[in-house]
Amino acid sequence: MPYTPQKPPLPRTSEELRAQIPGWGADLDRADRPAFPREVPGIETGAHWELPEQQPELAPRERSIEHPRLPPVFGTSVPLKGASGAIRGLAYRRFSEGRAAHWLLLLLGDRVDAVESHLASFATTRPDDPLTESGVLGEIGHGPVRSRRGRVDVRHQVLDPVVVTAGWVVSGLVAYRVLRSVARRAR
Amino acid sequence: MRAMTYRGPYKIRVDEKPMPRIEHPNDAIVQVTTAAICGSDLHLYHGLMPDTRVGMTFGHEFVGVVHEVGPSVERLSVGDRVMVPFNIYCGSCFFCARGLFSNCHNVNPNATAVGGIYGYSHTTGGYDGGQAEFVRVPFADVGPAVVPDWMSDEDAVLCTDALATGYFGAQLADIVEGDVVVVLGAGPVGLFAARSAWLMGAGRVVVVDHLEERLEKARTFAFAETVNFTEHRDVVVELKRLTGWLGADRVVDAVGAEADGNLLQHVTAVTLKLQGGSPVALNWAIDSVRKGGTISVMGAYGPMFSAVKFGDAMNKGLTLRMNQAPVKRQWPRLFEHIRSGYLTPSDIVTHRFPLEHIAEAYHVFSQKLDGCIKPLIVPGD
Repeated sequence: MPYTPQKPPLPRTSEELRAQIPGWGADLDRADRPAFPREVPGIETGAHWELPEQQPELAPRERSIEHPRLPPVFGTSVPLKGASGAIRGLAYRRFSEGRAAHWLLLLLGDRVDAVESHLASFATTRPDDPLTESGVLGEIGHGPVRSRRGRVDVRHQVLDPVVVTAGWVVSGLVAYRVLRSVARRAR
Repeated sequence: MRAMTYRGPYKIRVDEKPMPRIEHPNDAIVQVTTAAICGSDLHLYHGLMPDTRVGMTFGHEFVGVVHEVGPSVERLSVGDRVMVPFNIYCGSCFFCARGLFSNCHNVNPNATAVGGIYGYSHTTGGYDGGQAEFVRVPFADVGPAVVPDWMSDEDAVLCTDALATGYFGAQLADIVEGDVVVVLGAGPVGLFAARSAWLMGAGRVVVVDHLEERLEKARTFAFAETVNFTEHRDVVVELKRLTGWLGADRVVDAVGAEADGNLLQHVTAVTLKLQGGSPVALNWAIDSVRKGGTISVMGAYGPMFSAVKFGDAMNKGLTLRMNQAPVKRQWPRLFEHIRSGYLTPSDIVTHRFPLEHIAEAYHVFSQKLDGCIKPLIVPGD
């Protein structure tokens, strides 16, 4: 009980645990734990440089304004492009990582990217296909009913589409009403 | 080459992409033999991680064979069978020089708060990942290591993140002999953290989740007591009751951004994406740990703010410890534990999918169908 000095008794003693659980206590000594201490100055890493050579910047590379220079190595997975690229570029140029605007703009860029890439896919020989890309075919043979029975997360999965679309529907209605009243006044 | 490609939230497919090339003298190109989907990949898949671009290839857990090396690579050769930590790091910046490999400052132009991670949005550097036939591996002399002959690909791939992270999480909890340890979340990281807690001398390990097959795994694989939080009106009270009303000495959050258990938090964070993650598990940790206790945060959260109960953490005098795992630091000791049979990583693998069926794999894992705990991806199958 928390009202007296004693710790509540454990169901098993250390000797019982050592006998029953493989490896119990193998890392009892902190010196055996590789994460201890957190910082190990001079740790061997395999690096044979003090500052790595600079990876060539073959295309302009966006970077956080908390970096005074482009780091020596960087990923080149998907360069900025289109409207989403403009939004993301603005997030990097204007706002530090400490500002919510930075992250909200990046999330907005993600949503715009998804829409513009989806539309662009119709101009290719391989348009987006919701049936195969959603992976919903994986339901077959993986117990879709049995696996969901009684689960707490299934309850809000029903609500999710309502919550997600409600914002759009409400903003659409508000925009419609505003435009309608502006148009009436103009007449 | 064939590679998984992100097409927007909840949409992925396999595309023909150009072969990755040596972009820096210390790069290697690795031909992937086995990859895995991590629970944190689901945050990308669900559109939660800022700057996740359509066209990116995910995957930060993979093993393979060296296909090509850059001119300055000294430690790897073509044909080596290698395991690659999920961290991309230079080995020489202020942070790497002190062992903080996951906090490298030389590999991520997009953010200073997080290091480099394969296939994990541009917020972690914009590198394509290993759910593909081939992948670019920067700093080949620093990150990857040759897989020991006695280790299977499946054990090795779990060492690249899930096992190393779970083991690291248990260490961050600062467990001493006889501690009562609660692990929130019975996914791969939680299961490994629970099993690792015993190595550090835990006196009691309790795992909390709501999926019965995962709790069963926690009992049989991690030898833990279990609590299904849906069976209790208030799981914090149940954890207090179980611990003689003191609270646990140490709590590990192995859930992260998509925690269920509080509808408001889940909807604002996961559905509406107005928080960096749903901090339900973190708040349960703060409330269920004892005063003066330690919380180890292994769950991944986004960079935005989350509604965390900091006042209680302060009033209780808690120590909160957290980081992305510096994977390679864990390996020598982990290898000993695997060899001794103390840790059996591939025991948690439940599903194997060919790369061509990766969309189904994400769906099955995301929807937690068919008791899926850890799906592996096999290119070329």
